[in-house]
Amino acid sequence: MTLKVRTEHLSAWYGAKRGIEDISLDFEEHAVTAIIGPSGCGKSTLIRCMNRLHEVIPKARSEGKVLLDGEDIYALSAVSVRRRIGMVFQKANPFPTMSVYDNVSAGLRLNGVRDRKRLDETVLRSLKHAALWDEVRDSLDAPGVSLSGGQQQRLCIARALAVEPEVLLMDEPCSALDPIATAKIEDLIFDLKKEYTVVVVTHNMQQAARVADYTAFLYLGKLIEVNRTRELFERPAQDLTEKYITGRFG
Amino acid sequence: MKLPKFPNPFRGLPLRFDREGRRLWKDFGMSIAAFVCVVIALVPLGSILIEAAVRGLQAIGPSFFLLDTAYGGIGNAIQGTLILVAFASAISLPVGILTGIYLSEFGKNRFGDAIRFFVDVMTQIPSIVVGIFVYSLILLLSVSGIVSVRLVFSAVAGTIALATIMIPFVARTAEEALRLVSVSTREAALALGIPRHRMILRVVLPTGASGLVTGALLGVARVGGETAPLLMTAYGSGFGFSGLDQPVESLPHTIYTFALSPYTGQNQAAWGASLVLVLMMLMISVFSRLLLRSRYPLGGAGR
Repeated sequence: MTLKVRTEHLSAWYGAKRGIEDISLDFEEHAVTAIIGPSGCGKSTLIRCMNRLHEVIPKARSEGKVLLDGEDIYALSAVSVRRRIGMVFQKANPFPTMSVYDNVSAGLRLNGVRDRKRLDETVLRSLKHAALWDEVRDSLDAPGVSLSGGQQQRLCIARALAVEPEVLLMDEPCSALDPIATAKIEDLIFDLKKEYTVVVVTHNMQQAARVADYTAFLYLGKLIEVNRTRELFERPAQDLTEKYITGRFG
Repeated sequence: MKLPKFPNPFRGLPLRFDREGRRLWKDFGMSIAAFVCVVIALVPLGSILIEAAVRGLQAIGPSFFLLDTAYGGIGNAIQGTLILVAFASAISLPVGILTGIYLSEFGKNRFGDAIRFFVDVMTQIPSIVVGIFVYSLILLLSVSGIVSVRLVFSAVAGTIALATIMIPFVARTAEEALRLVSVSTREAALALGIPRHRMILRVVLPTGASGLVTGALLGVARVGGETAPLLMTAYGSGFGFSGLDQPVESLPHTIYTFALSPYTGQNQAAWGASLVLVLMMLMISVFSRLLLRSRYPLGGAGR
């Protein structure tokens, strides 16, 4: 196994309120790592620190290191970090004024790529990769927001893939979707790990069990336990983990 | 012809006063009260529009739009209003919109709060005070020889007065429009590795474009009807535009002078000018509503 991302003693605050505390966690390349835990336990905060999106919130700050291929991302520029570590949000958020095509190509176009052939190829590749191409091939000029909820979320995944990141962070990508759309996205996550390192935040434990190679359990901002998904669910080492996955609290 | 069906307001009202009966009667009373208030609110609006239309139409003919005010028409007034509003917009739209961008995107600090406060205060200043301010400003400048004394009553002075009223209005509406662009849209752009300035220019501005345009148009409508500040700046003229350093006529000023005139012909022309002004402002409002409603406003950056 190769290590792709590692957090070292990572803590983050919103003003005076602490979101996560001293989290050291390894993320393996070409694997899916799920982060589970009850609401407010710091799952989203953790992954938002990993692409430096945490710091755009007023008064938010963080301490500790996030290493990408051994390099501290807080020593790089935020913009270059975010191009290498993409993100999909809880609620699908296509750009409201842009067409399907423009949404997918936004990362390239807005960073100055004008070459039409390259844009066309990227849009085709990303939409196919996000398993959306067959559904939108005839409506690339339609507004991105005119798609269904599940399609919009796959559009956002395609948009994130278009800039060819190395790591893909997904913040509860299915929480607003119905079971059919959820199944599609889960299949997609399974495919994506061949090329990317995927981190999925979810509060759906079945989902973690279905898609993740590794699962980390967070509680009250602290990392309680991390292990191979199967191990974690079948033989949790910590009492707290067992209580959570058996539904006795949370 | 079928008469429109009004719902019977008494339908379903019980003749009992238990808990449910009281609730239904209360609901009935409140509905009637709300309806009456709507009627009261609409009476002045309807009465103005009808009065201006009925009386104004009698004054309006082809020559009404062509002749200068010196000859009983309003041609020069329309021309003057268009010129004043165009110049005022040319100054206040860039300044106002840039201020709005600053306030919404970079103004979450004390300096931004201070600016926001002053902009708010400026929108509250009575327009006649703005007129006196611009009048005395230019007078003082001309006394100290910095500008020509002719500018005291001129198109330039009128433009400055209207722009002073318009800038804070446009700044606030622009700020509100950009604030409506959701955090999730902004974060989507940042998460793609798009630098902040490009996120603002290429994502936030297009998304808020319809709101920006609406604010700008409402600003135009706002100053288009201003009279007080123009009395002391653009002053008024019986003839067409003859230079930026000359007094210039405007529709509100025409209405003001014609309405106070002892001649019934001019009084009637004042109604005509009122109708024209109301229709111009109405058109701007309707146009801005239409823009707001369209799904793909100006930001529909096609491929």
